[in-house]
Amino acid sequence: MLSRVANCLYWMSRYLERADNTARLLDVNLQLLLDGRALDERALAGHWIPIVQSAGDETLFSALYPRATAETVTEFLVFHPENPNSIQGSISQARENARMVRDQITGEVWEEINRLYLFLRQPQARAMARSSAVEFFQEIKASSLLLQGLTNATVLHNEGWLFQQAGKYLERADKTSRILDVRHTAFPARGAPEPVSQAGALEWAAVLRSCSAWDAYKSTHGSEVQPALVADFLLLSPDFPRSVRYCVQQLNHALRRISGVAESSFSNDAEKLAGRLLAELQFGTPAEIFDAGLHTSIDVLQSKLNDIGAALFKAYIFQAFLIQDSEQLHQQEEQQQQAASALSPG
Amino acid sequence: MPSSAKSPCATASGSGLLPTVLNGYATDNFFDEMFLPDGTLRPHYRKFVTKFGTIPKAELDTKRKAVDALFLRQGITFNVYGDSQGTERIFPFDLLPRIIPAAEWEKLEAGLIQRITALNLFLHDIYHEQRILKDGVIPAYYVLSAKHFRREFVNFRVPGDIYIHVCGTDLIRGADGGYMVLEDNARCPSGVSYMLENRRAMRRTFPDFFEGVGVRSVSNYPAELLNVLQHVAPAGVGDPTVVLLTPGSYNSAYFEHTYLARQMGIEIVEGRDLVVRDQRVFMRTTKGQQPVHVIYRRIDDDFLDPTVFRSDSALGVPGLIHAYRAGNVSLANSIGTGLADDKVMYYFVPRIIKYYLDQDPIIPNVPTYLASEEKDCAYILENLDKLVVKAANEAGGYGMLMGPHASKAEREDFRDRIVADPRNYIAQPMISLSRHPTFIEETDHCEGRHIDLRPYILYGNKTTVIPGGLTRVALRRGSLVVNSSQGGGSKDTWVLYADE
Repeated sequence: MLSRVANCLYWMSRYLERADNTARLLDVNLQLLLDGRALDERALAGHWIPIVQSAGDETLFSALYPRATAETVTEFLVFHPENPNSIQGSISQARENARMVRDQITGEVWEEINRLYLFLRQPQARAMARSSAVEFFQEIKASSLLLQGLTNATVLHNEGWLFQQAGKYLERADKTSRILDVRHTAFPARGAPEPVSQAGALEWAAVLRSCSAWDAYKSTHGSEVQPALVADFLLLSPDFPRSVRYCVQQLNHALRRISGVAESSFSNDAEKLAGRLLAELQFGTPAEIFDAGLHTSIDVLQSKLNDIGAALFKAYIFQAFLIQDSEQLHQQEEQQQQAASALSPG
Repeated sequence: MPSSAKSPCATASGSGLLPTVLNGYATDNFFDEMFLPDGTLRPHYRKFVTKFGTIPKAELDTKRKAVDALFLRQGITFNVYGDSQGTERIFPFDLLPRIIPAAEWEKLEAGLIQRITALNLFLHDIYHEQRILKDGVIPAYYVLSAKHFRREFVNFRVPGDIYIHVCGTDLIRGADGGYMVLEDNARCPSGVSYMLENRRAMRRTFPDFFEGVGVRSVSNYPAELLNVLQHVAPAGVGDPTVVLLTPGSYNSAYFEHTYLARQMGIEIVEGRDLVVRDQRVFMRTTKGQQPVHVIYRRIDDDFLDPTVFRSDSALGVPGLIHAYRAGNVSLANSIGTGLADDKVMYYFVPRIIKYYLDQDPIIPNVPTYLASEEKDCAYILENLDKLVVKAANEAGGYGMLMGPHASKAEREDFRDRIVADPRNYIAQPMISLSRHPTFIEETDHCEGRHIDLRPYILYGNKTTVIPGGLTRVALRRGSLVVNSSQGGGSKDTWVLYADE
């Protein structure tokens, strides 16, 4: 498979997953506010700023908006053209990558990505996000699930599919850890988070619901929301398909299948790092994580995921591409055979 | 163009079976593809119109919207250049097909095969013995001064001696309905994906029409193209790796590139995916570098290799030309075919056919005047207000003067340009292009619109003309420009098994 194509598939998949997670995060937190507490401006900012932080774009946000409110955060994370990680930005980039590899994905997958892209660009999309946010985010989440289903059911499970899997699970592991980290002001510097009051429990339940983990958590731990158990569940559950451990396991598996190297050894840094992180998650305990500090542990985890992404790029994608002047490339691409599509009248 | 508005004109009447959208349709004294001058239906449209007439207007409207939505959803769009919003538009599609009866097509097919055969012989001769120049059939000056003549490739033997593998020849019909060649596109003609997608859309919209009307299939194009590409693989390569080289996703034909690659089951590559080592071409893959044997290139000669042609090309592959010259990789179309697209060469095509094949052209040229011939030049300059003047090496409506529609200043500007550089200009009479009923949204009715036809010809171990092509429509009333960026649209083209 062409390295460039592998790269496109990997990023297409990452951006789709990114949009999906942003939609989940916003959806749940908007609903949380509806739970009927009048919040002053400071309390509102205290609610929304961590959410912006979890998307990793706090500096850009504060440059663009004076206040963090439901409206500004939604605008920023869903539509703002200067935020490349907004839902619209992510879908546009997913589509741009998909466009470059249209011969590698099926018509069904392409049409759905294109439909979602066109949906987000309509003026009605903004109105819908404002007036019926639940339906709006449902549309995005449903589309994401449809795309995952189509990818599994219609695309050849070949190398390209494995690169998509790798991208999806790497992104998802990172996002799950970030959604958990939204509550970081409630984490103690060391030790397990304390049991919480009823109001606090709502916010922890929101974390679970952002990861679609509410039902799965309940069936494992009962309906009482314990912060320590939530953290354990989202980081270390071996079976929950959005837990960090599960994602790293899938990522590791995809990497092994790309190279054909057994789990017991490795042929490149991506496999080495992924295997090592998986072992840590498999053989780590919640107590150890809390001892090191939950927020610190999540930070370390995120940088390890970044390292795996960088190693993957180095192993498969980067082959000393010439760094070209993209403006010039763009222009020349456009100029080619403009002529051929035109008729000169006789 | 005839000043038809004043003349008494026939109104479509037919047999009372006419669909309501065609009621009161006027041919306005143009050659109409569907109706005879007296307003009766041409026989080869009868079967279609009978079926079409049974569809209620409301259902037609639904079908039309469904097709537009389909194209948009599939992303069958072209990029609007210079639009920072990245706007993409669909190429407007008209549900009424253009229909060509069997006998008419047979003649076109023969004419197109004759033309591509002669042009390939011509290019081979020009890049080798140059007999046609030595025999004085074409003044050597015209060939040697042509912008796309690649002297670097004189005496280079191209694989299979084939220069033009894929040709998209533009045909038009004048006031008497006679077909003429408007231009040959012997470099990388585009639009074939629209031909295929238009047909797919029509099959979806009118699934029960095709069998009854007897329409020939166009769907084997990708398979035939792959045959041609494999046919020209370097000698000794048993199972050649064929790739399609695209300028990239910002090119307006990018959709077509991915479409064809997918249909043929080959990789679509950009210049940066390829690397040349020891005069062999490889693509960079996740498993290292893999050899490439045949490149269906959709980028111009000038951009292919920055070490040989334009050094600022960011699209090309350094060393590609060396590999090509060493015979380790084949290119389709070959380098240097742009010579045949030079509008001055076009003037000589009838002589080229006569010289190599000893035949008269089956499809004639549009009458053409060469500005560098003294007598012609005087005529051109005297009749600028009646003629269409074209620059010899530009296309797409660039460098063109539509005399009757131009302002005095524009005509004077062209007069200066012609006098300064006569080699680069030709002129042709304004042709009154044939018209076809086309649904017009504003009037909610069918009106006559000018059309052309681009059939696709493949030249490999055999020559194949795909029975169909891209029919382009000038959607603006009275317009002769079918360019997609200037309000052009398209229609499906049906070639019938029979004459009715």
